[in-house]
Amino acid sequence: MPSLTLYRLVVAVLAVSGVAQMPIFKRYYIADIPGLGWTADFIFTHRLHYLAAAALLFWLARRIVLSGASSIGEGRLALLLALIATGVPRMLKNLPDVSFSPTATMLIDWTHLGAAMALGLTALAMVFKRHPHTSRR
Amino acid sequence: MLTSVDTKSRFSRRTLFKTLGLGGAAALMPARSRAAVLPDTGQEMATLLDLNKCIGCGACVDACRDVNASRYPEPKKPFPVMYPSRVKAEDFSDNRHVDNRLTPYNWLFIQSATAEGREVFIPRRCMHCQNPPCANLCPWGAAARQGSGTVAINTDICLGGAKCRDVCPWEIPQRQTGVGLYLDLAPSLGGNGVMFKCDRCSDRVANGKLPACIGACPNGVQEMGPRDVIVAKARDLAKATGGFLYGLEENGGTNTIYLSPVSFEKLNAALMEGKQSGKTGANTSERVEQQGPGRPHLARVADVMAGSNTLAWAVLLAPLAGVASAFLKGTRKLMNTSSPQPAVSDAAARKEERNA
Ligand code: SF4
Ligand code: SF4
Ligand code: SF4
Repeated sequence: MPSLTLYRLVVAVLAVSGVAQMPIFKRYYIADIPGLGWTADFIFTHRLHYLAAAALLFWLARRIVLSGASSIGEGRLALLLALIATGVPRMLKNLPDVSFSPTATMLIDWTHLGAAMALGLTALAMVFKRHPHTSRR
Repeated sequence: MLTSVDTKSRFSRRTLFKTLGLGGAAALMPARSRAAVLPDTGQEMATLLDLNKCIGCGACVDACRDVNASRYPEPKKPFPVMYPSRVKAEDFSDNRHVDNRLTPYNWLFIQSATAEGREVFIPRRCMHCQNPPCANLCPWGAAARQGSGTVAINTDICLGGAKCRDVCPWEIPQRQTGVGLYLDLAPSLGGNGVMFKCDRCSDRVANGKLPACIGACPNGVQEMGPRDVIVAKARDLAKATGGFLYGLEENGGTNTIYLSPVSFEKLNAALMEGKQSGKTGANTSERVEQQGPGRPHLARVADVMAGSNTLAWAVLLAPLAGVASAFLKGTRKLMNTSSPQPAVSDAAARKEERNA
């Protein structure tokens, strides 16, 4: 599979499973759509999020070694690093022997949410920017 | 390979954590929170409840209500209209007196189950799990497990989505609509109040006092101490009395250990029976249902977080695997230098990447 297709797929899974961590897919009837019931299963989507995070880290490390950090693009790399820098402590916090203070827990959650939203908005902006270009072709 | 990693191997996890340098990250946090970070001192506290001694007098429940009354929610009415209409308000503010189940105004209640011809009273509240899904999966950082083993919800920022209750094996946290931060955000579209539960009297304990329910009990049913001491004591007592334990392994381990003269399978069966007979039958109409919303079960519970914790290893090892696979590709390329690369597909790949 071409490298960037894999990247897009992984980020899409991360986005859906990440948004699914908020109790909204059931509230807004999305989980009622046949075949989408799993979006309201917090435990399943949490595992999915971890799996996709592993895939993203694999992709990123491989890409950096093979093609260099510049091949990812400065902006995208910065956003991904912010996501990882907040996501990893978020995950470590969940391990049985690890406790952060309530304040640290809150800050980690909020910054991870912020990083994810920044990446999402940027991706959206890129799509809009690219769209006229691709339709002209 | 990953499935063979024991998610319970505390030593290796600690070592890994230290290797990753999070001890260093902890040092960057303000001094006040630093004390609560990474409690490797073994001072995780647990409570032992000896059900042989409980007479169901409810003094602990009253004490909990007295001490925590000032922290109970004062909702604004009418509640904001919520969309979509399937989102229902949960309101206990007119039923504050209810003390036979968990509510936002009652964080401890006495459950009763009759088995082997004896009635056993079981004080019920949050179990303070060692790896609490309520806190781990809270998407908003409102619930947290502290170094002391206490799991608490910050009612100042909780949005009341009740995910903590959904993922709690005992559905402990209780929601009150019409209070909290969601009112200042988008009250119609997101959130639905604040979740309340026992926080082991965090404020009292911080001031060197005992949780109110422990101090109020005339029979000394509860005892609190470092988890290893409490666990050892619980095991000794169970052995000496032929009793049964609950909470040691439940949900991967909790900081609430019940010791009972009757097996928990039988107690739980009695709770379920109470659930059925509470609903029907004329002679049981007086009876309070013992299991249902706000009235947790006593069944065995598997570790909710186990799957995610195993996958956490995959996440931590993934970058290494990525680097290794890149080197592997490099080596293969080196070995295949004699066969030239197909130029067309290479150009196509570059084009694809440019368009990203
Ligand atoms: S019993 Fe439920 S609410 Fe209490 S710590 Fe465990 S998961 Fe959280
Ligand atoms: S520890 Fe405190 S908050 Fe928890 S049940 Fe006992 S009195 Fe109530
Ligand atoms: S005060 Fe003690 S004896 Fe009375 S109900 Fe509570 S735990 Fe049982």
